[in-house]
Amino acid sequence: MDAQTVIARRIALELRDGMLVNLGIGIPTQVASYVPAGIKVYFQSENGLIGTGAVPEEGMHHRLLTDAGGKPVTALPGASTFDSAMSFGLIRGGHVDMTVLGGLQVDQSGHLANWMIPGKMVPGMGGAMDLASGAKRVVIAMQHSAKGKSKVVKACSLPLTSARPVDLLVSELAVIAFPGGRATLMETAPGVSVQQVLDATEAVLVVADEVREMAI
Amino acid sequence: MRTLSLADAVALIPDGASLMIGGFMAVGTPESIVDELVRQGKRDLTVIGNDTAMPGVGIGKLVRARLVKKAIVSHIGMNPETQQQMIAGEMEVDLVPQGTLIERIRAGGFGLGGILTATGVGTVVEEGKQKVTVAGKDYLIEPALRADFALVHAFMADYQGNLAYALTGRNFNPVIAMAADIVIVAVDNVVPVGLIAPDHVVTPAPLVDYLIAQS
Repeated sequence: MDAQTVIARRIALELRDGMLVNLGIGIPTQVASYVPAGIKVYFQSENGLIGTGAVPEEGMHHRLLTDAGGKPVTALPGASTFDSAMSFGLIRGGHVDMTVLGGLQVDQSGHLANWMIPGKMVPGMGGAMDLASGAKRVVIAMQHSAKGKSKVVKACSLPLTSARPVDLLVSELAVIAFPGGRATLMETAPGVSVQQVLDATEAVLVVADEVREMAI
Repeated sequence: MRTLSLADAVALIPDGASLMIGGFMAVGTPESIVDELVRQGKRDLTVIGNDTAMPGVGIGKLVRARLVKKAIVSHIGMNPETQQQMIAGEMEVDLVPQGTLIERIRAGGFGLGGILTATGVGTVVEEGKQKVTVAGKDYLIEPALRADFALVHAFMADYQGNLAYALTGRNFNPVIAMAADIVIVAVDNVVPVGLIAPDHVVTPAPLVDYLIAQS
């Protein structure tokens, strides 16, 4: 299983029946492929859709129906559409039960940086700041390291997305929660030891009394 | 509401105008109006919209033609030409969180001076802004936004100017239709009055100044 699949499958286990969920672009999008059997989840696209479905067959897309990345999607039976003010009212107003976002850095108090690298990449924050501040639960899908450097850091060096800490971080190595504002190792990926996670992590991690293996 | 040809409608827009333009990654952008702005070479525009789309698409057409003096948007990541012009100092770009941007526009159209939002508190977005505490929680004061013109795309309009939208083509369109002095609409389908049921009208006819005639 590659890193992205491990992350997406583990995050899918956080889904509960009836949830309204917003998935960011990148690894988060893949979470939709692993919804556990027997539950129904509503996926929101912040461009104005609840009930986002699979990518349409070639030649079957509608030019006025896309995801938040502008890519063709389908709308499931029972879907609803609305304008951007309503869409962000859903997000800021706490109606979105969970958002899954990508990350550039997460620090040991749970702060997220995911929208710019000064001098290198200034794409704009899009909806990320509203999602990170407003969704009921914020889950980060992020590879543990980039170019050999831990992305789970002591303190974010990149501009923050929100002052509000995230709730959960899932990487291909570990599941980290932030009870009391302290990064705490809860689970490791199959075949990965606690020591391997600690060695790969710049942040100071509290190790939970019982560290479980990801049930993926 | 008056019906105008595309050329006559765009001729109303002077150089230096501020334009709110509907669309999200160009989905729901009135492309015909954008094309005509380029053809007529309207310069020094301030463009307010969700994003600058991709190079040569939607608002990206205005960027490519170097007609944009300032962009107030939430995202420019899919348009390297916007980033190049910003870095070269040829275009000013004001990046605003998407929920804050649409709500500032909504406030502009709803007669409010601005909004209070927690989005951006404790980040670079709060620099230079007033902060207030309400019921123990910190908020930024974000001022309302209005524009000279709103350029709207609708899926359906009746002869009177009532508008309905389709799928994710709605996005900023009904909100900007409230927040500009002059509202110009390009529409996919014109239908008889009554065909859009009262409950399905999203933008009521009195908000529409000009509907572009079907060619």
